[in-house]
Amino acid sequence: MTRTAKLLLLIPFCLPRGSLAGQALDPGWLTKPATDSWPTYAGDHSQRRYSTLMQIDTTNVRHLSLAWVSRLTAGAGGGEGGFFGPPAPSTMTGGVAENPVNIPGSTSGSPRLSGSILQVNGILYISSPDNAWAMDALDGHILWHYWWKSRGGTHVGNRGMAMYGDWLYVETPDDFLVSLDAKTGKERWHREIADFSQQYFSTTAPVVVGDHVLVGTGDDLDAPGFLQSFDPKTGDLQWKFYTVPMKKGDSGLETWASLDAAQHGGAQVWMPGSYDPETHLYIFGTGNPTPAYTARVRAPGGDTNLYTCSVVAVNVDTGKLAWYFQTSPNDTHDWDSTQPAVLVDGMFEGKPRKMAMQASRNGYFYVLDRTNGEHLLTMKFSDASNWAAGINAKGQLVRNPEKDNTIAGSLVSPDNGGATNWYPPSYDPPTGLFYVVLRELYSMYYLTSKDPRMIMGLGGSEQVGVGSLGTSIAAIDYQTGTVAWRYRFEGSAGGFGGATGLVTTAGGLLFANDGSGNLVAFGLRGTQRPVPLWHAHIGSIENAAETYTVGGRQYVLVTAEGALYAFYLQ
Amino acid sequence: MHSRRRFQFLGIVIIEFAATMCAPQSPAQAPPRAAQPAEASRGGNRAPDYPVRRPAPPEQVAHGQQLFKSNCSFCHGSDGRGGESGPNLVRAQLVLADQHGELITPIVQNGIPAQGMPKFSLSGVDIAAIAVWLHSQPLSDRGAPSTLDILVGNAKEGEAYFNGAGHCTQCHSVTGDLAGIGARYEPKTIQNLIVSGGRGRSFGRRSAGSAPPKVPPTTVMVTLPSGQTITGDLDHISAFVVALREPDGTYRSFARHDSIPKVVVTNPLQWHLDMLPKWRDSDIHSLTAYLVTLK
Repeated sequence: MTRTAKLLLLIPFCLPRGSLAGQALDPGWLTKPATDSWPTYAGDHSQRRYSTLMQIDTTNVRHLSLAWVSRLTAGAGGGEGGFFGPPAPSTMTGGVAENPVNIPGSTSGSPRLSGSILQVNGILYISSPDNAWAMDALDGHILWHYWWKSRGGTHVGNRGMAMYGDWLYVETPDDFLVSLDAKTGKERWHREIADFSQQYFSTTAPVVVGDHVLVGTGDDLDAPGFLQSFDPKTGDLQWKFYTVPMKKGDSGLETWASLDAAQHGGAQVWMPGSYDPETHLYIFGTGNPTPAYTARVRAPGGDTNLYTCSVVAVNVDTGKLAWYFQTSPNDTHDWDSTQPAVLVDGMFEGKPRKMAMQASRNGYFYVLDRTNGEHLLTMKFSDASNWAAGINAKGQLVRNPEKDNTIAGSLVSPDNGGATNWYPPSYDPPTGLFYVVLRELYSMYYLTSKDPRMIMGLGGSEQVGVGSLGTSIAAIDYQTGTVAWRYRFEGSAGGFGGATGLVTTAGGLLFANDGSGNLVAFGLRGTQRPVPLWHAHIGSIENAAETYTVGGRQYVLVTAEGALYAFYLQ
Repeated sequence: MHSRRRFQFLGIVIIEFAATMCAPQSPAQAPPRAAQPAEASRGGNRAPDYPVRRPAPPEQVAHGQQLFKSNCSFCHGSDGRGGESGPNLVRAQLVLADQHGELITPIVQNGIPAQGMPKFSLSGVDIAAIAVWLHSQPLSDRGAPSTLDILVGNAKEGEAYFNGAGHCTQCHSVTGDLAGIGARYEPKTIQNLIVSGGRGRSFGRRSAGSAPPKVPPTTVMVTLPSGQTITGDLDHISAFVVALREPDGTYRSFARHDSIPKVVVTNPLQWHLDMLPKWRDSDIHSLTAYLVTLK
């Protein structure tokens, strides 16, 4: 071997990790705590949304200032395109519809940026329904824009993209998984992931684990839920895990009135899951049973309807069920259990435990042993929640039938938006606290039909909002099963304030949307209520803030009203 | 009906009559609305989310219904939504995927012996008519209001609650603000008003011509370090700003730092908020039964 050849061999080991991979994502980053990149939906596979970065901390956060703003436009004209600004990149177009369904925010106008944004090697990757962009993380300059011509579907949101090497993956509301070349934005392939005629729609962020792209989808009619795994290179289906029994002999069938009821039973997988590299388990939540608001056709005897409203663990290589825990058996309120199962290693009752924790839409918080699904703790984190009669020996909620949808009307909290919903919580190891956005709203729930056979999907219920105690950040101490503190947002009693998610940092900070248009940095003080140390009014904030390092500087990134806002210390 | 984006929440308390129609992330993950293709259009120029079948001639639909009743309803129910032995066909995956009977025809003509479905010697034209009728059936009434009679309460008990345990007479009078309320609003609207107190972004359905109830605004008093006080209707408040309208319409806002200036918010509906965790549904129902008698 020549001396030159030896030198060439050494080069890869000498380069900083950014340039080693060029633009590509090193898959090893996905299982490490979020640091200088943000390579997957929650920053890392634990879904803690805790960053070890500490350049910005409680002592200097008051100097946090704007680095740049970049405003996005959806649809065919979706580049930068400012009259006095740099030229817009041309939009690349995909999709199967010749004439896309006109949907403001998708085909034109300001996109809804309610998902996570990836930051890999100094490039941001952003998505909204039917749209994707790449952007320079230093100045918000748009590198490319991709637009999917849609055949329709519920365009409620898009939770972000996944990355594997130089390739990106995004789901569309009309049920395609699209893979893009991260360097150019050019489409590599698209695959149909669900039957559009059954009103499936796809909003969630795919998650890359090893050589798997894990893809969930959603449906609000009576259709079965499933999680699929695709080959990142070819887009071939590797496995498909149904969350309800689909044939005779399937486990859980005994919890349904009939096979037909199970096959129409819902349990959609519409949020990204967590991944535990030690056990190879992908841990995710499932949605409500369907029809949602009456159990009479699917569980007349009080059956549980597996695996609806559950935390479910499957082996990522085989797609086989490892364990499950059902949070709301026989649900009649649309209490999806799709919220993140946050992976935490810590002490529980004096013993070290590997746990999965979920603050669920139904107003209760659960701690499970993530290696086997053993139930450890159930506690109520919403004082207002009034629909349950109690907790059974397994730690599951037992419904109070008087708080179902009734013909005469029942006063129920949470309202349909839930005690919490899609917005990400955060677990902060130094304080051992789990932070979640809590909504305490009430509705009158009316059953609209005496014949349960008339009720399908999310029909059969009229819900009228009648009041709110407000929106808060709740800090849950899982060791004591108590809420250490609640920080209620002033002016938030309308109910939606702050409900876009949280992030914590090793700098002792928690970033939140206060529902009044402010991004707020709170200084954490353990079990004492936090204090706002910094804020910036940027309008209606749409996603959970993220933090990462580019060029040696820590940034905080958040979206509001179709634009990205990046902050750093000047 | 819903907005995907943002709502301005003005005032310290906003009670939404139409929360389910406005929630940015409501049932399951989607905003509530009719899931039925024919109703999926959200008004204006919004296209439906899911494919809409072209409406069939009424005589073909009627023919299909007749055929269904005489051949299929014994097992599948007269409305196709499931019977003693046959599943709900309206939501069946095969029926949803079917366009003109092309998927349904072989099932009907060949049967599914393993599942106990016999074969039927119906013509393709007849089966196409059955398919058209099945496709005309609404899939879901999501978002539709209840039209059922909600009155179950005891008016006498409601009257006793109104004058006694409920302390309603501290603010309300059946000869004053509530006079004739039973003639002005539907029972369900009255019931929702009992709980909410009446302030909302939108007002529920009511009898034609009747105005929404007048609810006094939330007020705020700001005391500056100098001792000067400014009072008005609350415009908006956060941890950082409080803003109000003075009686002459002047808009004023103040930066807030910790507890300076001193801010006192007074919400005339506080009682209704405080009651939210305390209500018994039976008291709500009885109060409703009583108030609807006030014609």
